[in-house]
Amino acid sequence: MTDTGIGAALRRREDPRFLRGAGRYTDDMNLPGQCYAYIVRSPHAHAKILSIDSAATSSSEGVLAVFTSADMEGIGGLPCGWQVNNKDGTPMNEPKHPVLAEGKVRHVGDQVAVVIAETRAQARDAAEKLNVNYEVLDAVTDMNAALESGSANVHDDIGTNLCYDWELGDKAAVDEVFENAHHIAKIDLVNNRLIPNAIEPRAAIGDYDPLSEEYTLHTTSQNPHVIRLLMGAFVLGLPEHKLRVNAPDVGGGFGSKIYHYAEEAIVTWAAGKLNRPVKWTAERSESFLTDAHARDHLTHGELAVDENGMFLGLRVFTKANMGAYLSTFSTCVPTYLYATLLAGQYKTPLIYCEVKAAFTNTVPVDAYRGAGRPEATYVVERLVDVAAQEMGIDAAEIRRRNFIQPDQFPYQTPVALMYDTGNFQDCLDNALEAADYSGFAARKEESKQRGKLRGVGLSSYIEACGIAPSNVVGSLGARAGLYEVATIRVNPTGSVSVLTGSHSHGQGHETSFAQVVSDMLGIDYESVDIVHGDTAKIPFGMGTYGSRSIAVGGSAIVTAIDKIIAKGKKIAAHLLEASESDIEFKDGQFAVAGTDRSKSFGEVALTAYVPHQYPLEELEPGLEETAFYDPKNFTYPSGTYVCEVEVDPSTGDVEIQSFHATDDFGKVINPMIVEGQVHGGLTQGIGQALLEGCVYDENGQLVSGSYQDYTMPRADNVPSYTVKTTETPCTHNPLGAKGCGEAGAIGSPAAVMNAVVNALSELGVKHVDMPATSQNVWKAIQDASAS
Amino acid sequence: MSTSISMTVNGKEVSAEIEPRMLLVDFLRENQRLTGTHVGCDTSQCGACVVHVNGKSVKSCTLLAVQADNASVLTIEGVATNGELHPMQQAFRENHGLQCGFCTPGMVMSALDLVNMNQDPSETEIREWLEGNLCRCTGYHNIVKSIQAGAKAMREV
Repeated sequence: MTDTGIGAALRRREDPRFLRGAGRYTDDMNLPGQCYAYIVRSPHAHAKILSIDSAATSSSEGVLAVFTSADMEGIGGLPCGWQVNNKDGTPMNEPKHPVLAEGKVRHVGDQVAVVIAETRAQARDAAEKLNVNYEVLDAVTDMNAALESGSANVHDDIGTNLCYDWELGDKAAVDEVFENAHHIAKIDLVNNRLIPNAIEPRAAIGDYDPLSEEYTLHTTSQNPHVIRLLMGAFVLGLPEHKLRVNAPDVGGGFGSKIYHYAEEAIVTWAAGKLNRPVKWTAERSESFLTDAHARDHLTHGELAVDENGMFLGLRVFTKANMGAYLSTFSTCVPTYLYATLLAGQYKTPLIYCEVKAAFTNTVPVDAYRGAGRPEATYVVERLVDVAAQEMGIDAAEIRRRNFIQPDQFPYQTPVALMYDTGNFQDCLDNALEAADYSGFAARKEESKQRGKLRGVGLSSYIEACGIAPSNVVGSLGARAGLYEVATIRVNPTGSVSVLTGSHSHGQGHETSFAQVVSDMLGIDYESVDIVHGDTAKIPFGMGTYGSRSIAVGGSAIVTAIDKIIAKGKKIAAHLLEASESDIEFKDGQFAVAGTDRSKSFGEVALTAYVPHQYPLEELEPGLEETAFYDPKNFTYPSGTYVCEVEVDPSTGDVEIQSFHATDDFGKVINPMIVEGQVHGGLTQGIGQALLEGCVYDENGQLVSGSYQDYTMPRADNVPSYTVKTTETPCTHNPLGAKGCGEAGAIGSPAAVMNAVVNALSELGVKHVDMPATSQNVWKAIQDASAS
Repeated sequence: MSTSISMTVNGKEVSAEIEPRMLLVDFLRENQRLTGTHVGCDTSQCGACVVHVNGKSVKSCTLLAVQADNASVLTIEGVATNGELHPMQQAFRENHGLQCGFCTPGMVMSALDLVNMNQDPSETEIREWLEGNLCRCTGYHNIVKSIQAGAKAMREV
């Protein structure tokens, strides 16, 4: 390993620009002639729009235009990218998601009109004068209520709030094992609704060049090519060659910046109408009301166990909130990213899952860090703990007994996935040792002396990442391929530009991808440049989500490098007057095997562009290769997290005392970056477990609509972490890497909540729902003592 | 209606005619084009906009520009000297105290104010001080490490 190659904890090349305040985020850009859009949003959760009077707005100072849906005739709805079918094979209900409301609003924050003015303040002032006359309708925000007959209908044209009623597994076979099971562990739980809250609010600038008839959208996106495809083909009807989408520095995404949002289409379309650049930047209050929310499941789960603590079967019944409209990937989250993970790390032979998805008068819900997999892990790992406690088996021991063993890989689960590799026992042992699990009883006693209840919680998670084989997801309803694309452009003087479809918005790709390239080509790290984010520069790409950047994007880079090396060998063979099959490439040198004759990578690059001594009749000049890499399988990062908490029984206050994480991410490119990814994921998961909860009132008003009301994890809410890794390389991609972005958020909620329940078990508390705020914990203590 | 203001920004005298309602952060970002100071919320909670006004950290979204009239303002762009990162900036890089970079300028400006008052802050003191700065990427672990390392480097200068 070199100090800049694969495995080096190299400091990030991104950092100096961010540390100097020289990052360029979308709102930092101003284009000549730019004007500003302000979106008028519904104050009601559910209402008919009777009329819109824009006279006072239009005549307001600086106003250039006021647009409503009536002005956008022929513009399509925002598309959903994944069709899920009902149990009977019929397709899900898929109501239109209009760019601007058409006759009806369906959640607080639904966009009704856009006001465009010379300045941001003028647009906002004028928007206040827009007179929208609403007929307020009954709203429904609760999933159970929404699925009852007689509920208010979010979409009149489909006559039900059921989006789909889906299942996976053989219900009859699973029910049969429950008939004679020694023990059945049961749980009802809430996977609390979250609001993603990347610290950079979304922003978009539309631009139009009448000369070339080209549109440009600068936007806060994790996947600019996907936005180009969705907005161009489905919404605005613009061909790709006339539409450029640029996502410059992006201030965090966590899933919420995957989706195509109305504002992107509005500013792009309006730029063409006005022939001027149009900029929109969300205020944080708008982010709360419009960024896709997350999670929001109600679940009943049952685990059948034999007398030895071996799992026999699992059945899970979940209701999932879709919100008012189907966001881009909303439908696959509670189905194919959820039920398929219910085997967890265990040999559970039979699994059944039913998911009913509901429309409600709330913000659309979509994937957020982990997406489906945190929900699955939470169900499985809580049920495992319930079974362990009820049967008097140690929480680590029951997991150990049921783990898929290292010699059983590849392992076909009963819920469609084929795990390629892993060593769950090793991760567990590593985490238990780091956490001094055997010393817990003494620490518990010490806490007790101080009047505190101490609990320990485990979570052994697995996730399906590296999303995803295109033919597999296509057969499951995905309306896209999920390969990744890379171009390696070797410049004449030997420097390398890497054009990647993976977008970096905090992950440090500019550093870690360059480590891979410089390592493989044996060239100086500084001579490798990573280019991402702009459809005008990058051939194509599917973007960043599902912990796919290194596993899929990195594999595309490696595949393209292989092509470069293969062509380089041909050029070198010609230069060295040797047979191509005798050329070996190592440490940046093309050498004739068994001799000291070689040509450097730089010499070969120059020859490719100055092809005087070159096999022109057989080989094109130049040295640039593109690869589309389609993964052969998902990747399966796994790990065990151990959390210890102290609960103050008089206040219900929970404090994390320690958090130990051991993850198996396969091959790690930059351990410093990986550790940072885990820290961030853990904190989001701890936020879900202890702090964060989206709250709507019965009228559909978002109560938790600001940072004063929605509890984001702050520095003094979380501990310092111990993070370790084990390594079983992925077997089906060239780097052996599995991906690390989501793990922390997937595994940690269950570890925290198992610890909280463990602490409270002596008081008779069997379950606490997330978030375990002091109020919720105190109430659980009171309820238990009353019963 | 407009009003005129003058202030020192990163050591440079500036003056402008502005709307009286203009926030200091908008003056810095839009009028001065110092876009390193960010806006992450509208309730004075996130701290992405922290700058120093007369040597103290301030959320520039919570101050009108006119309130900074005649003041000396330091933004993230003014922290490095002669092209060299400040020891606190260097410590953030060395300890991977940033990911997406959006909260980073505010974090660095807050950290500098803390260390100006407390040369050797403990982990607890740092975590409590950062109560007004949100980060969604790092989980704070490496930010705390960065500030400890930055404080140490500043003591040794």
